[in-house]
Order: sequence, then C-alpha cells, then structure tokens
Amino acid sequence: MTTLPQSTERKLGLVIDLDTCVGCHACVISCKGWNTENYGAPLADTDAYGSDPSGTFLNRVHSYEVQPSQGEAQLIHFPKSCLHCEDAPCVTVCPTGASYKRTEDGIVLVNESDCIGCGLCAWACPYGAREMDAVEKVMKKCTLCVDRIYNENLPEEDREPACVRTCPAGARHFGDFADPESNVSKLTAERGGMDLMPEQGTKPVNKYLPPRPKDTLSEGAGDIDILAPYLEPVAQEATGFLGWLDKTLEKL
Amino acid sequence: MHPAPSVIFFTVFSGIGFGLLTFLGLGYPAVTGWSAFAFFVIGYLCAVGGLISSTFHLGHPERAFKAFTQWQSSWLSREGICAVVALILMALYGAGLVFFGQRWGLLGVIGSFFSLMTVFTTSMIYAQLKTIPRWNSPLTPAMFLSFSLAGGALLAGQVTWAMALIAISGVIQVVLWMQGDGALKGSGTTLATATGLGTNGSVRAFEPPHTGTNYLLKEFAYVVGRKHSMKLRTISFVLMVVLPVLLLALPFSHWIALVAVVSYVAGTLASRWLFFAEAEHVVGLYYGKR
Repeated sequence: MTTLPQSTERKLGLVIDLDTCVGCHACVISCKGWNTENYGAPLADTDAYGSDPSGTFLNRVHSYEVQPSQGEAQLIHFPKSCLHCEDAPCVTVCPTGASYKRTEDGIVLVNESDCIGCGLCAWACPYGAREMDAVEKVMKKCTLCVDRIYNENLPEEDREPACVRTCPAGARHFGDFADPESNVSKLTAERGGMDLMPEQGTKPVNKYLPPRPKDTLSEGAGDIDILAPYLEPVAQEATGFLGWLDKTLEKL
Repeated sequence: MHPAPSVIFFTVFSGIGFGLLTFLGLGYPAVTGWSAFAFFVIGYLCAVGGLISSTFHLGHPERAFKAFTQWQSSWLSREGICAVVALILMALYGAGLVFFGQRWGLLGVIGSFFSLMTVFTTSMIYAQLKTIPRWNSPLTPAMFLSFSLAGGALLAGQVTWAMALIAISGVIQVVLWMQGDGALKGSGTTLATATGLGTNGSVRAFEPPHTGTNYLLKEFAYVVGRKHSMKLRTISFVLMVVLPVLLLALPFSHWIALVAVVSYVAGTLASRWLFFAEAEHVVGLYYGKR
C-alpha cells in the first residue's frame, strides 16, 4: 500500500558524519557491489567503457566548498543516499503500490515486480535518492541493505549496510532512531544532527552531523612558535657560487 | 525537467479530447446520428490517443493495470480510474446519441464530470510535487482545466465559449509563467538547506559525484529551453491565444475554424514543452545546476 504508516516500531537509518568523511567513495563502490550482486535487479552500467558512460547508483558522494565570511574555505564531502523519510513523498505518489514504507522498521522499499517504471517517485523525491535503471526499467533505491541487516547467514559484524561496513573513516553509522539510547540517537543529540531540506516536510530519518570548525593556524599573524625568531634564515643574501650566479643572471 | 514528447502529447491531446467530451456530455452541440459519431470519434481519438501515448514513457507498460489500485494516495492512480470511468460513460452516452437518437442527459452530465476530473487529476500529478516549486501551485490545475475546456469548446464549435475560455486560459498561463519564475526562490529551498551547510558560510558545488551523466541529470536538470524561453513564450501565446481569438472573431467558416484549431494545438504544445523544460527540480541544487 502506498499510504504511509502512522508510525513505525523502529526507525532504522544512518548517521553520516560530514566532519569525518574523507570523500574516498568506498561506500559508493561497496553499495554498488552488494546491490548489484544480491537483492533485486542489478544496477546497470551503460556504455561503461565508451564516450558516454552512465550507471545506476544508490549512493553518491558530492563535494562542496563552504566559504565562511572570515577565514579559509572548507571542502566538505557529502555522501547522499535515501533518507528513509517518515513522510516519504515518493511512497504516496506511487500508482501501483510498488513503493512502500515498512511498518516494522521504517525502511522504504520498492517491490520491483509491481513497478511500472513511471518515474513519478523519483520526481517526488527532493534528494535524488531514486534512480530508474536504464536496463531493467524499474526504480532502484537504497534498501538499507535489508538483505544484510537481518541476514543470519552473515557473521554478526557484517549485519549492517554495506556502506557502513566498508567506510574506512567511520563516517557512517547505522542504528535505530526510535531508541533514544542507540548509537545513532546519541550521536545525533551530541553533535547536532540535522535534516536535509527540512522545509520540504519529508521528515528524513537519516541525519547529517555538521563539520566541526577547523583549527586556526594563522592566528597571531606570523609567529607560529616561540622558537620562531631563532629559526630565521641564516643567509639573507646568497653567497659563493649561487651568489655569483644570481648577480650574473641579474646583469643579463 | 526533461520534456518527454510522450507526456507532452498525452497531456495536450487527452486534455483537448476530454474537453470536447465534456461539452458533448453537456449537449453542446446537440448532435445525433452521424454528426454525433464524427464528434465522438474526434474526442476519443484525442483522449485515447493521448492516454496510449502516455504509456510510452513507462518502463513496464504491461503492468499498467496495477496503477488502478492506489487511488487512496496517488493522483496518478486516480487519473487512471477517472479516465476509464469517463471513457466508459461517454461511450454509452455516445451510443445513445449515435445509434438511438436519444440524449441520456444525466449520463452525459456524469460523463462530463469524470472527463473534467481526468484533466484535474492529471494536473494534480504535477501540482502536488513540492520538489518542483514552479508546478506546486493551484494555478497548475487551473491552467490544465482552462486549456482543456478552451480546446474542447473550439472543437465543439462553441465559438463564444471558445473565445472566452481561450482568453481566460491565456491570462492564467501568463500569471503562471510570472509566478513560476520566482517559485524556486520563494520555496526557500537552496543549496544551503539541501546540504545543511549554510550556517557555516556560503556553499558552492565543488565537484560532482560522477564524471559522466546519470538518470538524475537527464531527467531533472534539463536546461536547454532556458535561453529561448521568452521567445518561445511569445510564440506559444500568439499561437494559442491571439490567433485563435482573432480567427474566431471573423465570420464563421470551417476552414477558418480549422486554422484556429491547428494554431491552438501548436501553441498549446509549445506551452506544454515549456511547462516541462522550464520546471526546476530541487535535486538540481545538489549539482549546482540552479
């Protein structure tokens, strides 16, 4: 059914730490790998080695420059995947019931055998979280690795989304936002976890941790160490062979 | 938004077709027999032709029947149901006129209602989308309904109604254009709210996530039409409003009416192309495309 549940028992989702992400795209690759080889239609690449390569991805990493009014610009790597919104507009627009939000854990999924590939859910999503697969002609989206997190055939440490499992910087965290004692709830509270596009009214479950302010090395105008005066260059003017070369070249 | 030809043809022709069926259902013109047959054939060719064209943009048209199930939440599902109900009712009503010379008035009125509801539900598919501020306005259904009724009146040969409705749809169109130009700004969605980084400073897209293109950019970041937007708006307005009204003001002849219809359809197609091509989806912000 494409009507949304009033509430869900659990609210599974991700915390993404914009302070820690190094922009390595490992989450992009592990996501593509897992979701191509496992549940649902594979994620197609078209013209992968040609002049116009294109492909379906469920997770992508943007990079943004933030220029504060004072000080240096910051580069922020920004991974983006489905936010598993509480008020998911992609679900209610679906004409066939292929899109749904699970009552038990809040994961937003697509039943691919019901999807007619009309694309309206992707139109309704403000985050670009849904992509139509160019080969299978059905809508693909992040499943929060629903085929990993409950999978008892996997070792326990692997029962989390592939992107979280693979992140070498520990910038991605998986957990239940309905539980105030969970790791993700605590991180969100401690670090001021934020919603993307709150004005769109989607109530995203996934939260983003803002980057911390950078160290300010340039404070104190020049002297960076008390020993700095003793470390002044010894030779102000070049002497010897280099001095001769300098003078000769000047004369030319 | 990518202006898919199938959707442009669908919305324009099914709009005009259902507009004509609305007038026929209300008994304008009050025709029976072969002339009723001709009117209904034109109405059904436009309406059904448009609907068939809309299935061309589906990835899996063979599953389209499933789209009738989610009427409780989905405008697209409601549109499908309204279209089928309207076409069945109007077929029965038309059969009465053509084969029995009878006008079953109540059936016609209900059929007209569902014809208009089909156009309204189509328009709500677009108007409901908060992600596309230009469409997210009550003027979007107003524009679709007025275009449909104006086209219907034109094909039904209701000269006075056609002139009035074309003028009204022209006004709505101009207001929609003007309002739409400031809609993205007015929505408050910016790269700063999209990334949540606005409190730290001014945000600029530095590097996209991929070197090639993707579905999102092809579907949502269409920018080709922007350059000639004003010229296209002028051409479209002249073709769909100015010329038809002037032609209808002349003494009536079938040839002049035909030119008016062709001009109206061409202008509406241009307007509908702009409706899609100019629509800015907020996902473009993530790519620095707005």
